[in-house]
Formats: sequence, structure tokens, C-alpha cells
Amino acid sequence: MSLFELPILPMSATIAAGGCASGGCVTGGCASGGCSTARPDQASETSRREFLKTATTLTLGAMSLTLLPGAMAGDESSSAATPPGGGHPDAKKPMYGFLIDTTRCTGAGKCLTACRVENSVPEGQARTWVERYVHFKDGRVEVDLVPEIGYAASGEPQPEAEDVLRAYFVPKLCNQCVDAPCNQVCPVHASIKSPEGIELVDADRCIGCGYCVQACPYGIRYMNHETNVADKCNWCYHRVMRNEQPACVEACPTGARVFGRIDDPDSEISKRLATLPTSVLKQHLGTIPLTRYVGLTDEVT
Amino acid sequence: MEYHALHDAPFVFPNDAHPAWSIMIVIYPYITGMVAGAFVVSTMYHVFHREALRPVARLAVVTSLCLGSCATLPLLLHLHQPQRALNVVATPSPSSAMAGFGFIYSFYMLVLLVDVWLLFRPAIVERAHSAPGPWKNVYRALALGVLEITPRAAEIDRKLIHALSVIGIPAACILHGYVGFLFGAIKANPWWSTALMPVIFLTSAVVSGIAVLTLLYLFLCRSSRMEPDEECLRSLSRLLWMFLVLAVTFEFGDLLHVAYEREEEWHVIRELLVTKLRFSYLTLQVLIGALLPLLILPIPAFTRVATPAFRHACTGVAAVLVLVQVAAMRWNVVVGGQLFSKSFRGFVDYPVTWLGREGLLAAAVVLAMPMLLLWGAMKLLPVWPPNPESDSGVKA
Repeated sequence: MSLFELPILPMSATIAAGGCASGGCVTGGCASGGCSTARPDQASETSRREFLKTATTLTLGAMSLTLLPGAMAGDESSSAATPPGGGHPDAKKPMYGFLIDTTRCTGAGKCLTACRVENSVPEGQARTWVERYVHFKDGRVEVDLVPEIGYAASGEPQPEAEDVLRAYFVPKLCNQCVDAPCNQVCPVHASIKSPEGIELVDADRCIGCGYCVQACPYGIRYMNHETNVADKCNWCYHRVMRNEQPACVEACPTGARVFGRIDDPDSEISKRLATLPTSVLKQHLGTIPLTRYVGLTDEVT
Repeated sequence: MEYHALHDAPFVFPNDAHPAWSIMIVIYPYITGMVAGAFVVSTMYHVFHREALRPVARLAVVTSLCLGSCATLPLLLHLHQPQRALNVVATPSPSSAMAGFGFIYSFYMLVLLVDVWLLFRPAIVERAHSAPGPWKNVYRALALGVLEITPRAAEIDRKLIHALSVIGIPAACILHGYVGFLFGAIKANPWWSTALMPVIFLTSAVVSGIAVLTLLYLFLCRSSRMEPDEECLRSLSRLLWMFLVLAVTFEFGDLLHVAYEREEEWHVIRELLVTKLRFSYLTLQVLIGALLPLLILPIPAFTRVATPAFRHACTGVAAVLVLVQVAAMRWNVVVGGQLFSKSFRGFVDYPVTWLGREGLLAAAVVLAMPMLLLWGAMKLLPVWPPNPESDSGVKA
């Protein structure tokens, strides 16, 4: 008997023999669940069916485990995220926030260099940037990026002071949305939220599909040219876990960037949030950003 | 949010300068659409019994399988970490629309594979007995060792084919409607974010499937010096015209809605259409790809003017134009949606390259592969319907 003559598929074999179909017999007084007449190969077929049942159950079980929300990511993020300064694992996780005071930003660009160095951000990409808005007296509004080396050193021609009505700087960074679209769309749990509510990228899990880059309404995410995975500002999570301030906050000479615990009423950010009117970017999208701004104008997108 | 600022000096967010999705993501819905569309044509015969489509019913299902086999190639070429591709099915995130792809695609391909096998089983078994030399073993393997088909088995096969075709209709709709949803559910992008996107993708998918099948049929008839079936081409022309009307209605209806309401996103979209997409949208997608075939198709679909050869030529030209329309639509959606910055204050360019993993050459190879597979499949399987008198009970 050659290989091709062996009854590889029981269903097909029995169809050919004019016997059973669809897992049960259709002739000879058989019940739909199986044959009523014993056959020599019945024992082996039964054990094979049992094996298939068990294998299917185990496979479906394993698949359902992977589908449980956070089954994979939750473990990793919880183990990676020890509260700053250690602490009991059951202790309440700190809640962080970021405040940008546009009225204090002078466009020094120190934050940009600090971020690039701290996080090895490739040239041409950015975890944070500072926009300059210039309102001219003729009604025009021009927006450009603050160069890392500062305007003076860059040598770029600057607008004449007498033509300008007003100008201000708006630093941009990850908004750490409570309902983050980037997290929602990641197909493989590579976008994970730390217990402190900080959105992180698991570079070892990212498949590099770029869906999160498309989903971020703020243009914060990018495909890192060097690592070939998605990347973004994470409020310097590694520093925060060491009870340090994010690199950009530490480098800011004017206190325009404030980071801290929003669940601590004595923290500087809590005090400022309590006294200053703040707003968020693209509020209509409902992403609930944790990065809040002082002095946002309608022109800022 | 002030979109009117587009008229001021342009400003682009630094990370928006390089579009994250390449031409491979244009090809992915293009191929997937043809998969779904070709299958729908086969169900027109197998489920809805449109006898006129009998000559292309088998070709349709084999074409769908060949296209489907290559549908994941552009995705693999696009992924920056392709070695982790299977994570999408191994550790899927239930909140992600993209995570569903592996399951939806696998289910559809399984239905399609079994459908094709059952459809060609009589021919495979017959060739397992009659084929010369090593080919006999190939067909024995394809027959999965079952070298006899009783009338009872043929009857069961027939019922299974019908059932699989019925299951395949929603599966095909879900497969491509889902692809549209991937774009439509991105609220960050006003060019993509519309609830109609799944329907738009689905109708254009059916259109592209009918068009590619029509062209294949005409090409194969010509290459084998066979006269195309007049009623089959008429039926294909009618289907193509009908689904093109639907596709155009949804595509432009959605745009008209945004334009007429003049909501804030319209200012970005208007700029996009009259600048970056002027040729690919207005010229290719609207004028050449939609209007012309809508005018040409009624000739072979509803009249008997001139000669059959002329009407066949009309069908062929319209099919080519429709394929251009759908390709342009995919390009305009995927690339067009990345040509404006999320600052809504400036546009970027999409650099088209010839070489590289995501270049035009790779794209051409990916598009050619299903046709190569089809060529191989046609060597192996009889895609033309058997004579009615030799029909062994399974509806061809």
C-alpha cells in the first residue's frame, strides 16, 4: 500500500467508501454522533478523536489566555515598574503629570539637546520639540521649530521686531493620554501603560507596523531609524523610577516644564495646577492628556 | 483647531516629515480587495446561480486563492521587524483592530482553500489515475490519498461547496470591510476617519475583483485562441457597472458630505485634493478611473451595438480603467492621508523609490506573484468548466 492509498483523513476515506460523512455515519443505521456498528479501527479512531478534542481544547485555551486584556503586557509592565524609591508592591502607585507653561518658555532649546542625549534620539526625529508662534501685524501667523542650538547660533534670518505683534513658544512632548489611541491600536501589546499611567514602548515586542505612529494625533510617535521599532517620549521613565526629573525638565532654565506627582497636593505641579488655568491639546478627540498647558492659543494644534 | 492656518507659512511636525506607511500598504488593500472581489464573482454562480458566469466561476475562485496567498507579502515587506510578524496571532491585543487580521485572514483562506479543493476534487482524482509519470504522485498528494469519489461523496461535496460559498460571502466582506476599518478608525487623521471607510473599501474591492477577473478571462481566451462567452462578458460588464456605481456613490458621497458641511477638516482635505492629489485623485480616480468606465460599460452591458469584438474591447478597456481607479483610490487613501502633517499647517512629500524593500520594483514583484501562482495553478487544475455531460455531479 502506497502512502497515497492510506486513509489520511477519516472523513474523506469514509466518503469514498460510501460510509460516514461529517464525522458521523449517514448510512447503515448509524447515529449522527458515530457508528452503531463496531469496526476494527474504531478504537484507534476514537482515541484519535479524543486526541483532537484535547488538542483543540488546549489550543483554544491558550489562545483565550493571550486574548485576556493585559495578560502579556500587564505582567511585564508591573515587573518593570517599581515605585520610585522602592516601596511595598501593594502601596498606591504614584500619579504623575506634566505642565507646560508657555508664558515662561524662552525657546532656549536646552530641553531639546538634553532629551536627544538622554534618550539617544536619532537626527531628524524628535521626542520633544519647541514651536515658535509669531503673530505679525498684518495678520499672518508663522510657526517654526526652535533649533537645538538656539536661534542666535543657527544664523537663520529673524523677523523684524516692528512687524511682530506677539510671539510665544510652545514645547511639545508626549501627552500621556489616559485613553491613548497609540496604545489602543498596537496589535501586539508593545504599547504598554506603566502602573503610574506612563505610556511606554516595549522595543523587544514591537513589530514595527507603524499603526501607533498613524494613531497618535499629536505626531509624537515615530519609527526609530536606528532601532526600527516605534519610539516616543516616555517622560524619561527610567529617570523617574530613580526619583529624578525628566531630562528636559532638568535642563529647562526658566521652569517652563514642570513634572511631578499630581496625587501629592504639596508638589509644585499640583500647586501650579491649582492656581493656573490650564488646557490640553486637541481636547475634542477625547484622549484625556496628562500633559497640560498654560497659555495655549487657538493657533496651537 | 484652526485649519485655515494652512495658508500661512507651512509648518510640519518633525516626526511627520517621513510617511510611516509606504507603497506596500497601498498594495495590501489592493490585493486583498481583489481577493474578496473575485470570490464574490464565484459566489454569483455557486450561490446565486447566475449561469452566465459559469465560464469564470472556477477561474474566480482560483484567482482569489492565488491573490490571497500573496496578500500578506506586502505587509511582511513593510514590517520593520518582520521576524516578529506572528506575534500578531500569538500575542494579539484585543483592543487593536489590526490584531484581528491574522484570524480573519486565516479563516477566509481556510474557507477558500477547502472550497477550491472540493471544487477540483473530481478533476484531481481523475488525474491521479490518468496523469503521466511523476504528475500522478502530485495529484495523489493533492487528492489527500482519496482516489475514489462515489456519487454519495460527490453529492456531499456539492453541498459543502455551496455551504462554503455561503460562508465565504460574509467572510470576504469582513476581510475587506475590516481593512477599511483599519483606516476609518484612526481619529487622528481627518482624511481617513469616516464610518463609511469599510463600505467604501468593500465596494471598491468587489469592483477590482470583477475587473481583474474580466481582464484575465479576456486575456486567457485570447492567448488560447478561444472565443469569449458573450453572455458571460455581458454579465461581468453589468456587475462591474453596478458595483462601480455603488463604489463611486460611497466614495464621492462621503467626500461631498465633508465638503458641504464644511467642517474644520474640510480645509485640510480641500488643500490636499487641489495640490498633492490633484493628478492621482481628480484625474485618475475621478475622471479616468470612474467617469470613463461608467460611460463605456453600458455599451457591452446593456446594448448589442456594433460587433462582439468591439463590445469585448469596451469591457476590457473599462476593466483596465477600473483597476487604475481602485489603485489610485488606495494610493490616495494610504499615501494621501500621510501627505499633510498633524499640525494641519503643512504638507510633506512621499519619496517614491525604485529599489529597496518598499520600492516600486518590489511592489511590481508582489503584484506579479499572484499571476505567476495563477499560471502554475492553471497548469495543475482545469479552471475552465467541464462539459455538462462529463460533469460528475459537482457544480462546476
